[in-house]
Amino acid sequence: MVISMLIGMKHAAKLVGISVISCCAVLVCTMFLNFYLDIRSVRGELTSELSVIFYNAQVSTAKVVCLVSGGCLLITSIVMLLFYIKHSIDTHKKELGILKALGYSNLRIAKSFWVFGISAFMGTAAGFGGAFLLMPRFYDLQNKDNILPEIALRFHPIVFLYFVLLPTIGFSVLAVGYAWCKLRKPVIVLLKNDFPSSGRTGTYKARTDCSFTDDLRRTTLRSRKVLTFFIIFASFCFSAMTQMSFSMKDLSSEMMGAMMLVIGLVLAFTTLFLAVTTVIKGNTKAIAMMRVLGYPQKECCRAILGGYRPMSYLGFAIGTGYQYILLRIMVDLVFKDVEGIPAYQFHIPAMLVSLVIFILVYESLMFVYANKIRKISMKEIMAE
Amino acid sequence: MIEVKHIIKSYGNGVSRFQVLQDISLEIKDGDFAVILGASGSGKSTFLNVISGLERPDSGNVLYAGTDITALSDKDLTAFRKEHVGFIFQQYYLLPNMDVDRNVKMGADLADNKDYRAVIEAVGLGEKLHKYPGELSGGEQQRVSVARALAKKPRVLFLDEPTGALDEQTGRQVLDYICRLKSEYAFAIVMVTHNLNIAEMAKTVIKMNSGKITGIYQNEIPKTAYEIGW
Repeated sequence: MVISMLIGMKHAAKLVGISVISCCAVLVCTMFLNFYLDIRSVRGELTSELSVIFYNAQVSTAKVVCLVSGGCLLITSIVMLLFYIKHSIDTHKKELGILKALGYSNLRIAKSFWVFGISAFMGTAAGFGGAFLLMPRFYDLQNKDNILPEIALRFHPIVFLYFVLLPTIGFSVLAVGYAWCKLRKPVIVLLKNDFPSSGRTGTYKARTDCSFTDDLRRTTLRSRKVLTFFIIFASFCFSAMTQMSFSMKDLSSEMMGAMMLVIGLVLAFTTLFLAVTTVIKGNTKAIAMMRVLGYPQKECCRAILGGYRPMSYLGFAIGTGYQYILLRIMVDLVFKDVEGIPAYQFHIPAMLVSLVIFILVYESLMFVYANKIRKISMKEIMAE
Repeated sequence: MIEVKHIIKSYGNGVSRFQVLQDISLEIKDGDFAVILGASGSGKSTFLNVISGLERPDSGNVLYAGTDITALSDKDLTAFRKEHVGFIFQQYYLLPNMDVDRNVKMGADLADNKDYRAVIEAVGLGEKLHKYPGELSGGEQQRVSVARALAKKPRVLFLDEPTGALDEQTGRQVLDYICRLKSEYAFAIVMVTHNLNIAEMAKTVIKMNSGKITGIYQNEIPKTAYEIGW
């Protein structure tokens, strides 16, 4: 009963989003970490100079991808999970207060939030399982010219522990712990609306010369910096992964290219969905009030979503630079002694195609969300 | 003048369909102070939402100086609200991350009102221009919402239980501000309340029960906020 009051169907989409992000992060990390651990077992069997060079290049690739790409994905998914755990608990403050007032113990209420651990488990387990499905093909491709002895695919319990068990336990404990800390507040505080009591969190001194909508746009951006980061990250993923997938076809294999593309798109869309829905949900009252007063829909959208446009293009630019630098490092440093690796040049057509697709996709999504904003009415906030 | 003709409004579907407003017709004159008086569930708030253009009726018409707002598109209805009406709600609905100045500017920008700070002064919040809603009392927050509504220079001000969340002293103070500003800014007031005492402040009292108008009467000498009982 407690869990259904706190986590409804409306939040299921966010929990699925969390699972998808964990899945992508764990898939990439598991593949490369497992490969790194397995390839080390053939070190003693290397006889030729070529095989040693190739071995070192493969080990370096696994390290670079695991640390730079996997690590980046892992940190982002951790930040995202923590944000959504905090966000979900904060938005359920009132329900927590009601349950506490009814006499439910703090621990009993807090325990309902272990569901975030389940969400993380579903994602990490799917990512781990997915990696093991892809790895046989991945191992073959990494050693397609048979320069190295056959690399046997092994199950490493430590990888399972790091990427599946620890995140599941960690996120469950974090969610329950955070809810429990919130529940230590008096019932009356939990039941009250959260108003910032001063110019600190989420508020800032406005400029006197700009319009209300410009002010609201700035306030929206500054009050939830982590959402701005997610939107930059979504664009970054889209840009880096789509452009990298073009180059990966030549540098590595079509499989790697396709994998990069799919992970990039899934991450970009999931992150964007979670971030924009949170932005709109967090501004429902402001939007409803603007519409009541007579602000046209276009201005409401501009005030709430307009500020994120430059941020998303910034994310695209960072992603472009990131993928270029990463591939440059791989080709110039990691594979510098390996024969047969084609010269790497900045792929202008790939960048342009990605940019055009990005603009089309981003603007279409914003159009969809603008329609969501149009449907927000005063009734929604009156019903609260 | 607001002319309301045969308004019908229902909620729900099928067997659970419930008629909230049952064929309501009336007129509210320019500059009037009208109170819609009724118990909880009488349909008064729905009626206010319909005549202010926040909700559409199932049938009937609402005319402002001859313009039927029930026939307007969403875009035109928004423009109508922008031009003509102001709202004050029981729950204030201020933007928590914006100070008093910015909250009032939200209304002022719609009317290109550069002198909106005069309204903030008029509601007695000149000293609290840069305070945030969380730093204000309930009465002060409601006065910010009064200033926000008036800063857009409405022709009609709609109020839904504006003192419902306030104590007696603060409630009287807010009503007093509204009445004083009415004479200064010359707008009509349509206020929804269940409080019989507040109805004594109005010129026209419209009594509602079960979605119907059960009586309309005029107060010969409307009382001030400090003369009424509470």
